[in-house]
Amino acid sequence: MSHHPAMWKQPSAHSSFNDYATFPLAQTQRHSAISHGATQHTQQPLVTGTSVLGIKFDKGVMIAADNLASYGSLARFRDIQRLHPLGKHTLLGVAGDMSDYQWLKKELDALLRQEEALSLTDSHPSLSPSNIYDLLANLFYGRRSKMNPVWNAVLVGGWDKNKKESFLAFIDLLGTTYTAPTLATGFGAHLAQPLLREAFEAKAGVDGKGPLLTQEEGEKLIDDCMKVLFYRDARSINKYQVAIITEEGITISDSKSAPTEWSFAEGLRGYGAQTQ
Amino acid sequence: MALYAQPPTSYSDPTTAPIEHRFNPYSDNGGSILAIAGKDFSVIAGDTRQSEGYNIQTRYARKVWQLTDKVVLATNGFSADGNNFVKRVKQRLEWYEHAHHKPMGLKSIARMIQTLLYGKRFFPYYVYNILGGIEEDGSGAVYSFDPVGSYEREACRAAGAAQSLIQPFLDNQVYFKNQQPEPGAAPFVAGNLPLSTILSLVVDSFTSATERHIEVGDGMEIYVVMNKGRTTDDLIGPGILSEGMHVEELGALGEGGGERTFLVTSPLKRD
Repeated sequence: MSHHPAMWKQPSAHSSFNDYATFPLAQTQRHSAISHGATQHTQQPLVTGTSVLGIKFDKGVMIAADNLASYGSLARFRDIQRLHPLGKHTLLGVAGDMSDYQWLKKELDALLRQEEALSLTDSHPSLSPSNIYDLLANLFYGRRSKMNPVWNAVLVGGWDKNKKESFLAFIDLLGTTYTAPTLATGFGAHLAQPLLREAFEAKAGVDGKGPLLTQEEGEKLIDDCMKVLFYRDARSINKYQVAIITEEGITISDSKSAPTEWSFAEGLRGYGAQTQ
Repeated sequence: MALYAQPPTSYSDPTTAPIEHRFNPYSDNGGSILAIAGKDFSVIAGDTRQSEGYNIQTRYARKVWQLTDKVVLATNGFSADGNNFVKRVKQRLEWYEHAHHKPMGLKSIARMIQTLLYGKRFFPYYVYNILGGIEEDGSGAVYSFDPVGSYEREACRAAGAAQSLIQPFLDNQVYFKNQQPEPGAAPFVAGNLPLSTILSLVVDSFTSATERHIEVGDGMEIYVVMNKGRTTDDLIGPGILSEGMHVEELGALGEGGGERTFLVTSPLKRD
C-alpha cells in the first residue's frame, strides 16, 4: 500500500488501465525490471494534455486545444500552448505526454530550420502538410515498433499550396493514422466528435460534397465543443486557443474561455449550500 | 494463436506481484474484407470503416490496394501494421520491376508476402491479408494468409471482424457446402460462378455484416480484376449494378498486359 497523497481516494490505482494517469507517482515503487538490467523506456505519460479538436471549413482547417498540462489529476501547468506551427502552412495539435511533445517540437523545428536554409540557396520545395504528416507517422510507427512509443495523439492541420486544398489528419502512439473532415483526440473523440460530425454533415451532407462550414460557423462550433469538454472532462480547463490555417498562413488566437453557467449547481446535493 | 505474450497467471504472493503496465503495441481497427475467384476474373472487396473499440475513427480508410495490373491486396486487422506492410510490399514490387523489367506475378507476390510476414514471426504484423488477381495461366485466384505467413490458394475467403458471419455464407454459396445436387444432376464445381452472382454475394455479405456487426459499415470498395480479352458486359452497362453503386476503370499501372481492373464503390449503412 502506497502512502503517497497521489494515491488517496484512487481505487483505479489497482487497475491496469488508466488512460489519464491519475496516479503518476503511485507506480514508482516497481523497479524489479531495472534490477534485471532491462532498458526502460517511457512506459506511461506523466504530464499530459487532454483533447485536441480539428475541423475543415470552407477556406482551410481549424485546430483547438486547451492550455492545461495535468500532472495526474493535478491541474499542474495552466498556461501551456499545445498548438505548434511547423513552417507557414502546417500546424501540430498535441495531446498526451508533454515532455514527448517538447522533444517533438525540438526535432521538428531543427528539421524545418534545415529545410528553410536549403530553400534559401536552391529551388528546394518546401515541406507540404502531407510531407510532415508522413514523416510524423513514420516516426510514431517506428518508435512503437521499438517498444518505445512517443506517448501522444496528434492532429496535423494544414493548407497544401500546390493542391490548393486543406489537410487534416491524425496520428497516435501506435502509429495509427487516419483522416476525416472532423477529428478529435482522447475525451474529445467521445464528447466533441459527434457534435462536430453533426454540424459538418448538416451543411456538407453525409458524403461531404456540399458546402463546408464558414470560418464563423466553425469557430462557433469549436467554442461549443470546448465548452462541453470543459463541463465534462475533468482534465480540461476553460482556457483554450484556436488555430486557423488557410492559404494566407497560420493564426493562433490568444487564450480565451467559453461562457459557462453554474447556477443550476446550487441545487445539487454535495455542491451548493445544503440544508439536508 | 498467441499473438500477445501472456502475463503469468498466478503469483505465489499476490501482494508482492508487480503492477504490470506494459505498453501494448497492437490495436484492432475492425472492418472486414473478402475475395472470391472466378474462372477468368477475381473480386477483392473491403469496407471503409476504421474503428477502435466503440469509436469510429474515420468512415473512409482504404484497406484494399491495387498492387499491379493483375494483383490486388486486401489487409485487415491493426491498420498501422497494415499500412506499413503494404508500403513494404509495394517497395519490393518496385525493386523487382527495376531488376527484372516486368511486374511480379501473382503467385510470386503470394510467396513474397509469406516471407515478409514470417520475417516478423516474433513481433508479427497483426494483419490478415487476402490477395486476389489473375494467375499466369489466366485463371482468377485468391490467396489468403494468417498474420505470420501461412498461406494457401482458395476459391474464396473472408477475414476480419465479420469473418465469422461471412465465411459460412461463402462456404455455402461458393463451395456449395451443405447443399445437395438434384438427383441425376451434375455435381457442383466450386469456384466457377459468374461475375454477376459473385458481385451479388459480395454486396449481400457486406450489407448483412453491416446489419449485425458494429465494426462494419460506412462504405464498400469492390475491386474486379479481369483477364485480358474477357468481356466486360457483365460489369459495365445499364441495369447491372444496383442503385447507388458506381463503377470506374482503373488505368494500367505499368505498360498494361491487357488485364483490366475495375473499382466498384457503394455506400453502406453508417449506424
